[in-house]
Amino acid sequence: MDINATLIGQSIAMVVFVWFTMKFVWPPLNNAIEERQKRIADGLAASELAEKDLEKAHEQVAAELNKAKADAAEIIEQARKRANKLVDDETQRGQEEREKIIASGHTEIEAERNRAREELRKQVAILAIAGAEKIIQREVDAAKQSDIVDKLVAEL
Amino acid sequence: MAADGNITVQGYINHHLTDMTVGEGFWAINVGALSWSIILGTLFVISFALVGRKATTGVPGKFQCFVEMIVEFVSGSVRETFHTKDRLIAPVALTIFMWIFLMNLMKLVPVDWFPTLAGMVGLLVNSGALPDYAQNYSFLEQVMSHPWSYLSIAPTTDLNITMGLALGVFILIIGYSIRYKGVGGFAKELSLTPFNHWALIPFNLVLEIVQLISKPVSLGLRLFGNLYAGEVIFILIALVGLAQLPLHFAWAVFHIMVILLQAFIFMMLTIVYLSMAAEDH
Repeated sequence: MDINATLIGQSIAMVVFVWFTMKFVWPPLNNAIEERQKRIADGLAASELAEKDLEKAHEQVAAELNKAKADAAEIIEQARKRANKLVDDETQRGQEEREKIIASGHTEIEAERNRAREELRKQVAILAIAGAEKIIQREVDAAKQSDIVDKLVAEL
Repeated sequence: MAADGNITVQGYINHHLTDMTVGEGFWAINVGALSWSIILGTLFVISFALVGRKATTGVPGKFQCFVEMIVEFVSGSVRETFHTKDRLIAPVALTIFMWIFLMNLMKLVPVDWFPTLAGMVGLLVNSGALPDYAQNYSFLEQVMSHPWSYLSIAPTTDLNITMGLALGVFILIIGYSIRYKGVGGFAKELSLTPFNHWALIPFNLVLEIVQLISKPVSLGLRLFGNLYAGEVIFILIALVGLAQLPLHFAWAVFHIMVILLQAFIFMMLTIVYLSMAAEDH
């Protein structure tokens, strides 16, 4: 194997290929790679940001939820108080009503009794008068003794 | 192919180690090596340029991924070693790596395939070129006697090819030295190191020039030696008959490593030499 012009040919070919690579092969490939690297880096940064946002949103949701729970508890408490008050009021009113009804019943009974007593009195008076008349018919005029009968009736 | 009949073992080995040449003396050209070298180099630049032209910054295709992996790998190697900003060195490294790799790869083609194919085509197209002594040979022997069958397919087993690459690197070394240190700086480095005294300038000069020359020579000889030795083993294996099948397989598998490694070493040393040329030391 001798050294011959192939060596020169190969060197020339090398110069041409290196020039071609420098001109048409390396720049587009390297640019594509670097640009993609940049995009990936941007994407990673964006995802990190989004993750932070998500965390913040989670915190907000938790706070919101706590507040809603507290509100709900307060509302329930108010409702319970109101219900209790309502029940108390109603009970009191019922009590009053009962007492009123009982009282009116009492008065009615009283009036009835008074009337019955009056009636009875009158009846007794009449009876007494009738009795007295019977007695007096034998002895005196009824008209003359009526004031005594009236007095008797009043005393009864 | 076993050597029998009119082709001796020695002739067979010689046949495979000789390239078809055109021209005389120094101006002869090893047609097989040089044309395959140019074909493979063209294959590399065209395929990579096509990928580069269609390269998207979005989700890449599979071939683009592959190409970008190589580019990244070369780019990383350059960045690690060569610290000055330079837009020539990375393309040089990529070209050297891919080109040498493809040229080495041709060695995995079994040693008889391409010569037989080329010889057959030669017989069909240009049967007049068959030497007179081979007229009465059997067909296969005629195929192997045809001058075209000498076309070599593995360029890096040719010293001219590897030294041609090394010469290119040598020119780059000198160019980088002058560009980054200036002519004066380069001359000073050659004459005043390692001994900074005027009386020792001739001694320094001899030392530095030997050091300078040894870089391309070692580059070219290393690649040539590794690949040539591998080729000789492949040829010897091809001589042992049917037993060559497992042997060839084993040696080819081992050679995959050599192929990649030698391409990588050549690229890496080129980067190192160029960074040495560009930086003061």
